[in-house]
Amino acid sequence: MTTTPADAKLVAQQFPMSPRASRARNILGHWRHPVAQAIVKALVTVFVTVSITFFLIRLMPGNPIDIKIDELTKDGTLSYAEARAQAASLYSIDLEQPIPLQYLSFITHLARGDLGYSFVSQGTPVTSIVLAVLPWTLLTVGTGLLLSFTVGVFLGLFAAYHRNKPIDHILSIGGSVISSVPNYFIALLIILVFGLQLRLIPITQMRGAYSSGIQPGFTPEFVGDVLFHAALPITVFFLSTIGHWILGMKSATVNALEEDYVNAARARGLSDGRIMTAYVGRNAVLPLVTQLAITAAYAIGGSILIEQYFVYQGVGLRLQAAILQRDYPVMEGIFVIVTISVVLANLLADVLYTKLDPRIGRAGGASGR
Amino acid sequence: MTTATVPERRQRSVPGPFAGVIEFLRLLSQRPSGLIGFIGIVFFLLLAFVVPIFVPAQEQGNTNEIYQTPSVQHFLGTDNSGRDVLNQIVQGGRDILTVAIVTAGITTLIAMTLGSLSAVIGGKVDALLVGLADILLTVPHLIILIVISALARPTSFLALALVLSALGWAGLMRQVRAQVLTLKERDYVEAARSLDLGIFHIVFREILPNMRSYIVIHFVQGMTGAIYAQVALIVLGLVPFSGKNWALMLYFANSQGAFYFRDAFWFVFSPILAIILLQLSLVLFVNALEDIFNPRLRSS
Repeated sequence: MTTTPADAKLVAQQFPMSPRASRARNILGHWRHPVAQAIVKALVTVFVTVSITFFLIRLMPGNPIDIKIDELTKDGTLSYAEARAQAASLYSIDLEQPIPLQYLSFITHLARGDLGYSFVSQGTPVTSIVLAVLPWTLLTVGTGLLLSFTVGVFLGLFAAYHRNKPIDHILSIGGSVISSVPNYFIALLIILVFGLQLRLIPITQMRGAYSSGIQPGFTPEFVGDVLFHAALPITVFFLSTIGHWILGMKSATVNALEEDYVNAARARGLSDGRIMTAYVGRNAVLPLVTQLAITAAYAIGGSILIEQYFVYQGVGLRLQAAILQRDYPVMEGIFVIVTISVVLANLLADVLYTKLDPRIGRAGGASGR
Repeated sequence: MTTATVPERRQRSVPGPFAGVIEFLRLLSQRPSGLIGFIGIVFFLLLAFVVPIFVPAQEQGNTNEIYQTPSVQHFLGTDNSGRDVLNQIVQGGRDILTVAIVTAGITTLIAMTLGSLSAVIGGKVDALLVGLADILLTVPHLIILIVISALARPTSFLALALVLSALGWAGLMRQVRAQVLTLKERDYVEAARSLDLGIFHIVFREILPNMRSYIVIHFVQGMTGAIYAQVALIVLGLVPFSGKNWALMLYFANSQGAFYFRDAFWFVFSPILAIILLQLSLVLFVNALEDIFNPRLRSS
């Protein structure tokens, strides 16, 4: 049902509304906008996952706080109360309060960006630890995914246009094969085959996020060095996701090619190139955009092992270190920030989707998925 | 023409419960990659569950034969304590596949139940469950799994399978829900509802039997997801399993530094290859299943 401004005026004349009610209605109208809904969904997602982690940490038997208190009291230098106070301050929680109040204080600290302090490197806020490693993971995952998305969508479109020809079979089977290899094994195979057996890649030189001798800054040497060190993780994220895009784009294109509007466009005598990009490609790529964020979550999950194998100083390697040291605040901090990044990526994909699909946004909240 | 072919077909079809299976195998044999996947799955099931009955596990290694390259005696070489790698490959599939199958079973059960209930009940329950599924789909699973395992240390297969399923049901649940929403409007469901047969009868007797293809596809996909996650957790040393399995071989290889030891290539490569081939078989099989069950793709 569409209402023209004239209709609305008519309604307003017949049923006069108080200014307050009409303002409320206006706000509600904005809430129904898909972008607003996506933002609310993102906030709820972060809130729920963070809440679940809090209760996991606090309510589980042998929870990290108890373990820390045990550890501090074991050598006898600290009394129980002192140890408890120290553990509480490291976690930014007042353990004397009842659990719901502790939860409230945890959430309000978090809202202010306070994730507590590291157990191991005492006095260092978790936020600064995580923010130091996050850019490297975002760089490698982001670059790898954008490259694989671009190349994969193009190859999928190409395969669909050459359906049942040898090139289609090669791309489809290749896509299936590469997408069934776990991403961390791609990293391991690169090391085993190209690094050790063939000795084509200097894996030990490529460790770290950048070489130690180079001054960080926007100099050509530094950027080149960063790319040199990021090359292997980017390759892994590229290879591990490209099969998904090839197969997804191919089947979406094959479906789109049978649509009436494509026949109509052909009948109108439009060039094949224009039909392929503006009609088929654009529609086929839509469902893939929403999968970008899910794929990002998969890639970031795998980064824990990938970064460990390449000794690349990103979130994954830091998380692995935190696990080995039982540094729980750092573990949770990484978990929270990675969740927020993935949710933000999702939000971005949602907004991009509403921009790409004109049916959504104009209709005011038609569910497009 | 058509009247002549129909009786011929009837004659060939086998009556009884095997008719569906034979028809399925016939459709599968038309898709070479799907057939390869199916054979691969059968091979790995036999390797993991049947072969170990006849091949005893080798407990003691020969310290004079550390990190041997493949030979006639040791087909895949030896490991860091001189044990035969092929023997470990034979012994090491059972745990991985057990966790994968149990996880896929629980995941499918949760997803089917919640998905159909959500669609049939609707309202607030529906909104809550869909919201929860959306959240689970967004959050990076492997990171949650790693944090949960580091905190809770699941010590049994069942605990690991439960944790994996608790995170894995969301995708299937949304598909089941969408499917049930369309099935719900069909006549036979309407009929069952007007007879007041109850939600459980409608869900389990009228709707779920029509979703067999979804169940099979997602069961296999659930297995690939479970293998991916459990291998990562075991290789990271977060699941304190004992015994022999492919992922544990990699964990020991990593902790012994064998990843960076040139002669240990086959020790490290063999479990990787086994897991990749298993995953590939499952993926090829599931791709063929999607083909077979999707009539739109089948006809073209």
